Amino acid sequence: MRKVAVVGAGLTRFMRRAQETGPELAWLAASRALESCELNLKDVDSVALGSAPDAFDGVHMKGEYLSAGAGGWGRPVIRPYAGGGTGVLMPVHAWFNVASGLSDVCLVVAEEKMSTCHPHPQGAFLTIFDNILERPLEPNLIWIFALEMRRYMETYGIAKEEIALVSVKNKRNGLDHPSTHVAEEITVEDVLESEVMVSPVNRLDISPVSDGAAAIVIAAEDVAQRLTDKPVWIDGVGWNLDTAYWTNRDLAYPSYVERAARMAYKMAGITEPRKQINVVEPYDPFSYKELHHLEGLLLADKGQAPKITADGVTQRNGDMPVCPSGGLLGVGNPIAAAGLMKVCEIFWQLRGEAGRRQVPGQPKVGLAQAWGDLMQVGTVVVMRVD
Amino acid sequence: MPARVAIVGVGHTAFRATSPGLSYKELMFEAATRAYADAGLDARSEIDSFLTCSEDLAEGTSIFDEYVPDQIGGAERPVYTVGGDTIQGLATAYMQIASGIVDVVAVEAHSKASNVVTPGELHAFALDPIFVRPLGFNAHAMAGLEASMYLGASGTTREQCAHVAAKNRGNALANPSAAYAAAVDPEDVLASPPAFAPLSELEVSAPADGAVVIVLASGERAKKLAGQPVWVRGIGWATGTGLTAGVDGGSADYAKAAAEMAYHMAGIRNPPREIDFAEVDDSYSFKELQHLEALGLFGHGRAGAAAAEGATARDGELPVNASGGCLGVGQLFEASGGQKVAEVVAQVRGQAGPRQLKKAKIGVAQSWRGVPTATGAVVVLSHD
Repeated sequence: MRKVAVVGAGLTRFMRRAQETGPELAWLAASRALESCELNLKDVDSVALGSAPDAFDGVHMKGEYLSAGAGGWGRPVIRPYAGGGTGVLMPVHAWFNVASGLSDVCLVVAEEKMSTCHPHPQGAFLTIFDNILERPLEPNLIWIFALEMRRYMETYGIAKEEIALVSVKNKRNGLDHPSTHVAEEITVEDVLESEVMVSPVNRLDISPVSDGAAAIVIAAEDVAQRLTDKPVWIDGVGWNLDTAYWTNRDLAYPSYVERAARMAYKMAGITEPRKQINVVEPYDPFSYKELHHLEGLLLADKGQAPKITADGVTQRNGDMPVCPSGGLLGVGNPIAAAGLMKVCEIFWQLRGEAGRRQVPGQPKVGLAQAWGDLMQVGTVVVMRVD
Repeated sequence: MPARVAIVGVGHTAFRATSPGLSYKELMFEAATRAYADAGLDARSEIDSFLTCSEDLAEGTSIFDEYVPDQIGGAERPVYTVGGDTIQGLATAYMQIASGIVDVVAVEAHSKASNVVTPGELHAFALDPIFVRPLGFNAHAMAGLEASMYLGASGTTREQCAHVAAKNRGNALANPSAAYAAAVDPEDVLASPPAFAPLSELEVSAPADGAVVIVLASGERAKKLAGQPVWVRGIGWATGTGLTAGVDGGSADYAKAAAEMAYHMAGIRNPPREIDFAEVDDSYSFKELQHLEALGLFGHGRAGAAAAEGATARDGELPVNASGGCLGVGQLFEASGGQKVAEVVAQVRGQAGPRQLKKAKIGVAQSWRGVPTATGAVVVLSHD
């Protein structure tokens, strides 16, 4: 297999209501990523473009709309799409572009502008449900995630207080992130006392709706080594989609995340993930999802992720730092861009360039993961520095 | 040296103006079942990865990716959606196989256009929301504008475009899967009601329902299967400068760039001499001519005269859209390119029945994502 590396990364600020259009946000992130590795658009062979539902922007075929801002004009562009899993699916798709030999340099750009959806993006989420069986019930996303969170808590006897620690940690970590939209110093009590959205989900258990964009540059081995002495290799990729009939699945455990992780681990030669992976960015749109995903990624035993969180293992200075960026809870959640922000974070952490967010101990191997659709899809990348 | 990748199975439904008895899931299931049977593969154990080509707003469902896996055998497997045409899906499958991570990939695309009650409004949502959409026009009008630019720049006449519409609707008479077959002559086309000037009604493809599934495999795997593999010699795709950006006279730069990429991979230097037949996008009559020129199969401004002289007829020097094309088969959203690939595969295998071409060893399929996009893809397929 051809060796492929991440060589550059760039982010916009995440915010409630960006003044820029979607293509302008994409341009900002793309140009920052290219500048970070001193490349020009003319060096780019192909573009992978990511954005979650078109309903947010109200633009049909949004990839076509965004392509000009993302450097797509005159180039091969593809928009891989897996709902909330898109942000980490994009480096997977971009890896194909380069590993196949079709491209030497692939620009990967994710954009999300949720603020254009009025009165609230939850309105767009009403249209994700089965149009015959579910939509008449008028479910929304928080409603189904409350079901999943409840199932997780009941199965393993987990208390709300244990889950709230994730929000506390990630919102604090986010204080050190220049792109943050929602970082703050809070306590477990603040989470428990925040407004109940759908029991057991409180407002501070949920990431915000954000506008923003993220980009990375992926290159073949020879190009990467010419550009930088610290290429971050993509060692493993995995993706997996479960059945659409989510009501037929046991929501206590994200088995699709495990299948995606096993695919990536096999490719990366990872046999003992807890020992071999030094820094992790699992998808945390809701507080319990970080715990759920750590278990699916085989980084904690089933039902034990709350314990390692309480023990401080997942703190930035813990044995296995989790969401040192602040994650979606601490930085913000422009959906596809938030997933790619996690890949950016692993890139910076492995290069020792994460500034105040830098985890100690010179991490060598990191993992980013995203999740989406109807609690259904897992996307995973494993990255490494020499 | 490009990787050896082959199409090892194709399945599709009939394409029909409406399909009231079937859901999109049933259409997908039918196409998938046929494709897996054609390939002689078990969906649940012998296909490594699945892709669907679709767009949310055309489905009426946000995050349509959710509803893809079950009916194509993809649940609990690697699956994702490509927001693009079937040939962009094939390109993704090609890259997955060439990268070495998988051996067999299934690519699905479908259209349930009959569910779209207001297609004009769907197109309007594809227009730039700030600079273009407020002008309040039907996006098909952009095709009319582009047709005028193309006719002016190339010297092509309306009569020559009418030949394309008559040919393709006529070719569709030999295709039992086509929705809009008709015996019409160019005069009938020109006499049909005006649509988006200078286009007339019979020069605009009409929407149809249907699904296509294409199975690709690595060279080694393909050789072990019973069926005759059809080899992907070259594949390319590109997003060009859209008409809304106010660029040149409608030269289909996306098709030119995509073809250059595919020909380069295939080692094709003289397309008209090396390619036996083509299935190109003909969403509007003039698009077939414009695309043939962008693909280098005719010189600039020459395709119209060639069509009028019969060079692109089924018995011509370079048969084009023997299947009936979009004008004869129907406009199938992201499956339009899939229908064209299915036809090229059938022709190369010698399975095209009454439509079978005499010389069909190497063919090209080309897609365009339609107004208001400037995205297209090209794949070169051959018997060896």
